[in-house]
Amino acid sequence: MNTVEFTGSEFYNFIAEHKLMGSHCQQCGDLYLPPRPRCPQCHQEEMKWVEFSGTGKLVAFTVVHVAPTAMLTAGYSFTKPYCTGIVEFENGARISAQILGVDVERPETIEIGIALQVKFIQRSNGEGETTALAFEPVG
Amino acid sequence: MKQRKLGRGVAVVGAGMSNFGAFKGKSTRDLFVEAFREMLASVDKGLDQEAIEALYIGNYSSDLFEGQGHTAPIMADWIGLTPRPATRIEDACASSGVAIRQGIIAIASGLYDMVLVGGIEKMTDLPTAEVTDTLGTAADTLYEVPAGFTFPGLYAAMATAYMERYGATPETFMKVGLKNHENGALNEKAQFGKRIADIMAQKKDRAIKKGYPEPTWQNEMDFLHDRRANPTIAWPLRLYDCSPVSDGAATILLVSEELAHNFTDTPLYIIGSGQASDGATHDRPTLTGLPAARRAAQMAYQMAEVKPSDIKVAEVHDCFTIAEIMATEDLDFFAPGEGWKAAEDGTTARSGPRPINSSGGLKSKGHPVGASGVGQVIEIWKQLRGTAGERQIPGDINLGLTHNVGGTGQTCAVHIFERR
Repeated sequence: MNTVEFTGSEFYNFIAEHKLMGSHCQQCGDLYLPPRPRCPQCHQEEMKWVEFSGTGKLVAFTVVHVAPTAMLTAGYSFTKPYCTGIVEFENGARISAQILGVDVERPETIEIGIALQVKFIQRSNGEGETTALAFEPVG
Repeated sequence: MKQRKLGRGVAVVGAGMSNFGAFKGKSTRDLFVEAFREMLASVDKGLDQEAIEALYIGNYSSDLFEGQGHTAPIMADWIGLTPRPATRIEDACASSGVAIRQGIIAIASGLYDMVLVGGIEKMTDLPTAEVTDTLGTAADTLYEVPAGFTFPGLYAAMATAYMERYGATPETFMKVGLKNHENGALNEKAQFGKRIADIMAQKKDRAIKKGYPEPTWQNEMDFLHDRRANPTIAWPLRLYDCSPVSDGAATILLVSEELAHNFTDTPLYIIGSGQASDGATHDRPTLTGLPAARRAAQMAYQMAEVKPSDIKVAEVHDCFTIAEIMATEDLDFFAPGEGWKAAEDGTTARSGPRPINSSGGLKSKGHPVGASGVGQVIEIWKQLRGTAGERQIPGDINLGLTHNVGGTGQTCAVHIFERR
């Protein structure tokens, strides 16, 4: 597995396989999600791929009404908004992802701190579908 | 952080801007000529433009906005300064704040005695979704944009983190917008140039004329809570929490300190400059402030040897209302978690003890992104020289600060100006 380079395209190849993969610095032990080839803390390049459990908590979010082209293509619109947020894992790593299973009509009911689990979704890109990273409340 | 000093002093001796707004049929070069014309007229003792040695032009994305790359030489050409070196600087919405810093460095190094610093952007030719996409390229297109984040969305996410931690509400943000519209109503260059109350009255009149039911807003907050009049862009941020899509240009003339009095008896000395960078929004230790802004501010204060409490007037990067609140904390005007209270109780109003964005800010004045950093200096130039007209802040306004953010804080440039 360590022959796979620590690039964005490999990260998304893993996402397509329903795996949430980051990189683990063998020198200082820091974990990176998304993965990085070079450790910004200790400046070493001894990384190993590591699979994340996929459970974390919501630390910030929004419900987007004015969507970018890619999300319009995926079927969202001003009257069909979606939630996106920042998810923090137990080890401190954070990532941005779409948040499913919350009430986008009543964003004031969405609570920061709720436990989330990873969910890999298929999103239309106009020509076909791509697998995207998302999270939903646990349970 | 090691205290840094400039190799030699640098002063602003001229400043001008185009109107900010939506100008069909005008490209960045046309707006730049307007800004340059006003800058020339602002030099008290006159300027032979042949003395300008180089140009530093902030421009975020003419490539995507108007299909024009390589803009700096065009600006030089259009004002008749070819073949001088003309350099474009791109750091998203902080492009021209960073261009100022590059101009300062060029003069402080001794390479030049006089440089023109400018900022340009032409955003209104594109439809909304494409503007959203283009602004989105200032975020991380590999890891933030695929999550569905937009620019307002990222600031909205910071707003939810801020509300959760400190107790601010969406109404707090609305009050920032109200204040900046109050200020912008007194700025003849502003895109809106209207108070929210004026906008309400206008909409009521229009509804009556068209025979629609008359809106029932009782007051401005009522209007701002109306989902139709003030729709949600990215919750909790609504339309009136967001700076507009704008066209505009601004320019300032920088000279070495020893030359300043050849051009004016009241130059503004740039006594502090700071700049910092940061990673993607999700990668930061905090979501309730911008670490790069805090660091850039510390660098600028340290170089200037002034305290936050010494600053009399500040133009901060209110691309969204939440951004102004975080800025006032990152600049140490208020402790973390206190900025929203200052926004609610009038402390940051033009007549308050800590006036913020007397120009109307990006919210009301407009936010042609690459021009905003220099645009902020235009207000400081006026306030410190006592020429801000109706919106002049009373008293001895001798120290001013600009805070210009790129992206969601991947870049921040802070400058401190002094009138002696």
